[in-house]
Amino acid sequence: MAAISKIATGNGHGENSAYFDGWKAYETNPFHPTDRPDGVIQMGLAENQLCFDYIEKWLMEHPEASICTAEGVSKFKETALFQDYHGIPEFRQAVAKFMGKVRGDRVKFDPDRIVMSGGATGAHEMVAFCLADPGEAFLVPTPYYPGFDRDLRWRTGVELVPVVCDSANDFKVTIDSLQSAYHKAQEANIKIKGLLITNPSNPLGTFMDKDTLKNIINFVNEKNIHLIGDEIYAATVFMEPEFVSISEVIEEVECNRDLIHIVYSLSKDMGFPGFRVGIVYSYNDTVTSCARKMSSFGLVSSQTQHLIATMLSNDEFIDNFVAESRERLFKRHKYFTWTLSQIGICSLKSNAGLFIWMDLRKLLKEKTFEAEMDLWRVIIDEVKLNVSPGSSFHCHEPGWFRVCFANMDDYSMEIALSRIRNFMVKNNETMVPPRNKLCRRTSLKLSLSRSLSRKMDDFIMSPSIMSPQSPLVQART
Amino acid sequence: MGLLSRKVTCNSHGQDSSYFLGWQEYEKNPYDEVKNPKGIIQMGLAENQLCFDLLESWLAKNPDAVSFKREEQSIFKELALFQDYHGLPAFKKALVDFMAEIRGNKVSFDTDHLVLTAGATSANETLMFCLAEKGDAILLPTPYYPGFDRDLKWRTGVEIVSIQCSRSNGFQITESALEAAYQEAQRKNLRVKGVLVTNPSNPLGTTMSRNELDLLVNFVTDKEIHLISDEIYSGTVFSSPAFVSIMEVLKDRKLENTQVWERVHVVYSLSKDLGLPGFRVGAIYSNDPIVVAAATKMSSFGLVSSQTQYLLSAMLSDKKFTKEYISKNHKRLQKRQNKLVSGLEKAGISCLESNAGLFCWVDMRHLLSSNTFEAEMELWKRIVYDVKLNISPGSSCHCTEPGWFRVCFANMSEDTLKLAMQRLKSFVSSITIDNQTHQDLKNMRKKNRTKWVFRLSFQSFHDRDQGER
Repeated sequence: MAAISKIATGNGHGENSAYFDGWKAYETNPFHPTDRPDGVIQMGLAENQLCFDYIEKWLMEHPEASICTAEGVSKFKETALFQDYHGIPEFRQAVAKFMGKVRGDRVKFDPDRIVMSGGATGAHEMVAFCLADPGEAFLVPTPYYPGFDRDLRWRTGVELVPVVCDSANDFKVTIDSLQSAYHKAQEANIKIKGLLITNPSNPLGTFMDKDTLKNIINFVNEKNIHLIGDEIYAATVFMEPEFVSISEVIEEVECNRDLIHIVYSLSKDMGFPGFRVGIVYSYNDTVTSCARKMSSFGLVSSQTQHLIATMLSNDEFIDNFVAESRERLFKRHKYFTWTLSQIGICSLKSNAGLFIWMDLRKLLKEKTFEAEMDLWRVIIDEVKLNVSPGSSFHCHEPGWFRVCFANMDDYSMEIALSRIRNFMVKNNETMVPPRNKLCRRTSLKLSLSRSLSRKMDDFIMSPSIMSPQSPLVQART
Repeated sequence: MGLLSRKVTCNSHGQDSSYFLGWQEYEKNPYDEVKNPKGIIQMGLAENQLCFDLLESWLAKNPDAVSFKREEQSIFKELALFQDYHGLPAFKKALVDFMAEIRGNKVSFDTDHLVLTAGATSANETLMFCLAEKGDAILLPTPYYPGFDRDLKWRTGVEIVSIQCSRSNGFQITESALEAAYQEAQRKNLRVKGVLVTNPSNPLGTTMSRNELDLLVNFVTDKEIHLISDEIYSGTVFSSPAFVSIMEVLKDRKLENTQVWERVHVVYSLSKDLGLPGFRVGAIYSNDPIVVAAATKMSSFGLVSSQTQYLLSAMLSDKKFTKEYISKNHKRLQKRQNKLVSGLEKAGISCLESNAGLFCWVDMRHLLSSNTFEAEMELWKRIVYDVKLNISPGSSCHCTEPGWFRVCFANMSEDTLKLAMQRLKSFVSSITIDNQTHQDLKNMRKKNRTKWVFRLSFQSFHDRDQGER
């Protein structure tokens, strides 16, 4: 009997992970303010929904951005016919310019190195096909985006070797941990072809400083392995210090540029995951040329290329958009984390991304992943929030959860926070005697005076430890 | 150490083929009626440019559909966020209805069996990943679309083994050719996983006969292998015999609840029928739920832009439009094909009788200096560089007989086609004069012959004396 392939019948698509179970729970009972007020609130989807009004306004003012309107239809035929895998030149130029702007114009990107792909998903698979053969491997620091298991491995046969990072140093990537992972792989006869870093990090929401990046570049040069920098959250850096891109660091250190590749996308920075705009930017000419041929398997719709080219070439709009997006992310993040801290929930200090890395270790019955799963089920089934358990990100310590904050409106955010508050109060009641202070502390005021908000800032900037006055200090660990 | 993967350093992307080299030459010197009237005319690109006026007039009449608005509300945000690999339901419904309409509604399609992909390029590769593994083989009848070498083999590691078809029966598939290909694969230690046919055929421009389709169904049933029917030209059938889809055959033979039903898969796209290759709209249709499930997940690597899904769902849901489009498309293709055929006739060139597609399969065997592929390449180079027409040589389509060329007719204006035919006619006349001149020269030298002069001067024509014209 003609079997189907092993790839098709196996589990390499990774969808049996807990990461997706939460989505399924959400899909069967999604929250809606009036229709389903008790539904599950989606906090497992790293989407950027904060600036659509801004973009829609621009679209209204620029009908020529669409090839279907009276103003744009003169381009319809040539665009509809355009399937050249080099991509529409204006599209490449606009994307290259945007990438430079997001990095404060500290680097320039060459439009001729811009290669399209079917989203960052397609980009990662394409890069894996170009850089490694089946059985070879990439190093990936943990915790990492669950989709990498599928994107880099499923159809390519490439393996991932984790570089374990832990909370003791805020999950930072160290050279020691890289060396250790590399040597372990060598001993196991696994050929390492490259290192993949997501910077800013998903799920941490942090990014690497220049020294760390320099060390990483020295590491890959020394081992003669590739460096793939997934920078899809570059424009979500909402607080100082400024984001440092690999593209900047290679200008400052001795480096074999044939080893350096960047993956990008407009799904997070612009909030356009549906448009499937993925980019591979490689400093290696052979890879660029090969990736371009492979891009035939996932070109960006020319209709979308035209829209993006028009939008991103509008300097004023983009400058304002990037600033506005940062401002809104900052505000949302600040409010969310501050409110959580008032309830006694802390998270890793972060200044980028569309999520926080929430520390719920103290709520675990025991320091195990089973306990993490138990807690997670409670959060989904009782608190009715879909959050992502750290184990699905290959985190080596149980008790961490990724919680997204930019994919909902203010009202949903309030409901989510109140549910968390109620859960903590309930939990507290079962663990310690009720305290009146708790209620007062956790009652929220929507508008804050200036002096109070400055105090908030002080609180937020402090390290991510529990306040000694937190009612959870005596909680079970 | 090999810094890059083997896929980068090998040639399986197929781009060293003459099919693509001709395009490159065209890019360097493209014909333009005003700016470059002596440039190369592109006749190697199977595009359908005949009905853009219909598309554009639909756009003008439907401003809401195209301005991200539904009932006065902006749906931009909803679309921008929509990345569900199950696809936009309204688009899938409109697409399956369109596919049925093209088949005269003799079959219907279920949206649950449809997977959207970034073009047929992605659909074909994805099917290979689902159905076969490295070291397996797929049988393809020759001649076939050169892009299959890349799409089916490059990143999948799957091999292609040819089902050899010949002019003697109009390049139709025969039982013996199928069997021979199967044996050939076995000899090479390759496990055959299926047969892939393009129907209507690229590059032949013909629809498969019911007899051929029955043969295929019998063959894959007997061997217990898959059958992929790439039907991306199904909407370009402009004259009889009418198009018969593989799905129709299965239905007529009442094979719905048999094992072969789940082993038949159809590939579709809007690149040819609607002339929208830039929009990257492809689809896999399979009756096997495991294939559908796996292919759906794989489509993450090449989803169709939600913006495009939305536009096309509006367009294809307009049944008045689709009816008019399908009908006008057929008429214009037929008219244009006739122009090419008669232009070729005037140049003393015939082609395979065709009823579909955006090209003709042209017989230039009589213009070859010898019955070899070297001679075909020689002729092709002259046509590209001297006659300034980019056409596709049969060898790039893996044709087993030299002298055939695929010539496209739907990707240019009528005037440009006329000019192309004039150039071709002049070229053919000049070859005839050349032949005559050389013949005279030969006769003269025969009179003054010395062995070594004869051998030196006429070495290159020796073969022509002995080979076919």
